[in-house]
Amino acid sequence: MNPAGEEPREQGDGVRHDGRDAPAPPRAQVVVCIGPGGVGKTSTSAALALLAAREGARACVVTIDPARRLADALGISSVGNEPSRVPPPAGQSWAGELWAVMLDAQQTFDELVSRYATSEGQAAAIRANPVYRNLSSALSGTQEYMAVEKLFELQESGLYDLIVVDTPPAQHALDFMEAPRHLARLLDNRVFRMLMVPTRVGLRALEMGAQLMLRTIAKVAGGQVVTDTVQFFTEFEGMEAGFRARAQRADELLHSSQARFVLVCSPRRDTVEEALFLASQLRHEGLAVASVVVNRCYPRFDAVPEDVADALREEGLGGVVANLADLRAVGEKEEQQLARVRSFLPEALVLRVPLLFTEVTDVVSLAELAGHLSGAPAAGAPAAGAPAAGGS
Amino acid sequence: MVVEEFFAQTRVFVVTGKGGVGKTTLSGAMANLAARHGLSCLVVQMAAPGASRPPETAHLSRLFGQDGVLDYEELVLKPLDGPEPAGQVRARALRADTALVEYLHAHGMKRLSRRLATSGALDVVATAVPGMPDILVLGKLKQMERAAAAGQPGAPDVIVLDAPAAGHAVRFLQSPHGLLGAATGGPVRAQAEEVVAMLSDPTRCQVVLVTTPEETPVSETVETAQALEDKAGAALCTVVVNGRMPHLDLPADLCAEVLVGAAGRRGARLSEPGANELVAAAALRRARQRSEAAQVERLAAELPLPQLELPFCFSTELGPAQLALLTDALESGLASWSPVRL
Ligand SMILES: Nc1ncnc2c1ncn2[C@@H]1O[C@H](COP(=O)(O)OP(=O)(O)OP(=O)(O)O)[C@@H](O)[C@H]1O
Ligand SMILES: Nc1ncnc2c1ncn2[C@@H]1O[C@H](COP(=O)(O)OP(=O)(O)OP(=O)(O)O)[C@@H](O)[C@H]1O
Ligand SMILES: [Mg+2]
Ligand SMILES: [Mg+2]
Repeated sequence: MNPAGEEPREQGDGVRHDGRDAPAPPRAQVVVCIGPGGVGKTSTSAALALLAAREGARACVVTIDPARRLADALGISSVGNEPSRVPPPAGQSWAGELWAVMLDAQQTFDELVSRYATSEGQAAAIRANPVYRNLSSALSGTQEYMAVEKLFELQESGLYDLIVVDTPPAQHALDFMEAPRHLARLLDNRVFRMLMVPTRVGLRALEMGAQLMLRTIAKVAGGQVVTDTVQFFTEFEGMEAGFRARAQRADELLHSSQARFVLVCSPRRDTVEEALFLASQLRHEGLAVASVVVNRCYPRFDAVPEDVADALREEGLGGVVANLADLRAVGEKEEQQLARVRSFLPEALVLRVPLLFTEVTDVVSLAELAGHLSGAPAAGAPAAGAPAAGGS
Repeated sequence: MVVEEFFAQTRVFVVTGKGGVGKTTLSGAMANLAARHGLSCLVVQMAAPGASRPPETAHLSRLFGQDGVLDYEELVLKPLDGPEPAGQVRARALRADTALVEYLHAHGMKRLSRRLATSGALDVVATAVPGMPDILVLGKLKQMERAAAAGQPGAPDVIVLDAPAAGHAVRFLQSPHGLLGAATGGPVRAQAEEVVAMLSDPTRCQVVLVTTPEETPVSETVETAQALEDKAGAALCTVVVNGRMPHLDLPADLCAEVLVGAAGRRGARLSEPGANELVAAAALRRARQRSEAAQVERLAAELPLPQLELPFCFSTELGPAQLALLTDALESGLASWSPVRL
């Protein structure tokens, strides 16, 4: 239904399909919504899942920091970290099912630790370590990493046809794509590796540079920090391999033909530029943007002849004329931004989504938003048939 | 209140709010206003916590008709060459990794600084010491504030910090307190103490909250305000409502026939579709004006802080023309602004 963005993805496929021999994974489609801050990623993610549910899919949306009212409306503000079913608004019915979950990064991380710990004792020791407790708030990209982990977990469950993932605002790099690799990188970091060494071969065997670095950290932040860190790595020992392998599989999922990317932005120059920057980074990874949601656009209005405008002004209706001029001015500028998006991403489906009269705070307004998203990749996901068939 | 008095209240204005509500735009307008009144202003932009790089956009520069992306080196956005006596506007970005290098330099660990600051070592330090990158950045800010207070040559009169989005800002401003509670020692602890001293002294540092006149941003602003006061101990200066539609008088009972008739009375022919466009456009504006007014009122009721307003600019690209307009709005708003809401 929507061939947009398929082609560049195939190029990426050639390199990354080493996971194909593994037992056939459940074929949930994955849609990742990325974009700058405040443009409507969370609203769009939920609306895309709703759209798919309306068309018959079992769709689940993973939201990140949703506005409280939206979370309440979806019934996910009090349920932690597990999907709950969202009923259609009164009087409506959906052919499929809508599920929603609000990501709890800390809990997701804890679960991951439990999964790979060799004993409950090891898991408990890690969870109690101050350095571990800092990980999820201090290590950049942890929220993204946990979002990918949640996505992977839901995909493995085999319960859904479609999983839509919301992401935290991304401005700088493809934090989300890099997230699974991030912990691995941390574990590979020279400094951490050095921190792990003392427990194995003793401080004496450390190279001079490493000793100096350890002493510096102790000097700057106190010796306790070094002790805690060394202890964390001692406790973490043996779990790295599991973490690493799982991160690798999640990474593969994001690079597979099952995953599609929806770029959300507003029609303002700065956010358009940020969004296009994200798109170019995706492209760098061999991935393509399937569609772009240019959200909160003003409706376009036709002009009135100058003599009519004058007449209305004279009749005391100048406000009505001025308003039309204001809205036309901004609408025209927005059209230029859309043109920029289209020319930068000729393969992508570019959707102009209007500024709604109300904010997206409940299932009714979500459904309204969804009405403007048809054609986006999530639509008709279960019917899409052979997502892995790369040749079309 | 006169503009000079407003800016004399404190040395560092920390501008924060939900993502995309207009923090950078307001920072630019505040700096421009200060400059109009002969004060020199430095805008400091921060990368979001964790992110080592500052935002890629040149939004702030563009407000001043330039297009440089902010970096460590100061950029002159508004030079001192206008016809009237005006202050200079400069801007720079602050990043945790470069702050770490500077810090180590200043503490006699020059040799190590380069190596430790590259190759992602900051992640290691950040993980080991919670809030460490924040302390480094705030420490640097404090150093600039001290230089300004001491009237060092070249130091600005006013510093505007274009801070990270609200949730991050709370954590960011809270981190020195957190660090003081943790089992850390050494110079980092001393640094944290000095930063806390700055944050909790209203003559040195105050927070400006930005929001749009919409439900979610308003709700989050109220929460952020409380969190900043309670957890970070920071003084709140004012809240700024950005992007409010300028008010137009639009009859509530407007319909196509009324418009066609009005035009006809003056001998002009307005087609029915043309009239419908006008009616639809007016309905949209009226609905927005109404909901925005309701949100502004709710904000006033729930957050006992003085308010300022910046109008929505009917453009998608903000440059010097829009900056001038926004600065005017800020200036006229300040005329009736007082630090304690009546
Ligand atoms: N088309 C629309 N019309 C009107 N309001 C909208 C529209 N789309 C989103 N909104 C509103 O805009 C605000 C921001 O939306 P949302 O929270 O989805 O953005 P986000 O990109 O997830 O933000 P963040 O980066 O902070 O996570 C919300 O208040 C939402 O209700
Ligand atoms: N008063 C206004 N009228 C019209 N457009 C505006 C106005 N204020 C801001 N904008 C536009 O809204 C977008 C967001 O503004 P800005 O970058 O200042 O927000 P921000 O809070 O700094 O965002 P971020 O959280 O991404 O740093 C920009 O594209 C800007 O041009
Ligand atoms: Mg969001
Ligand atoms: Mg900004």
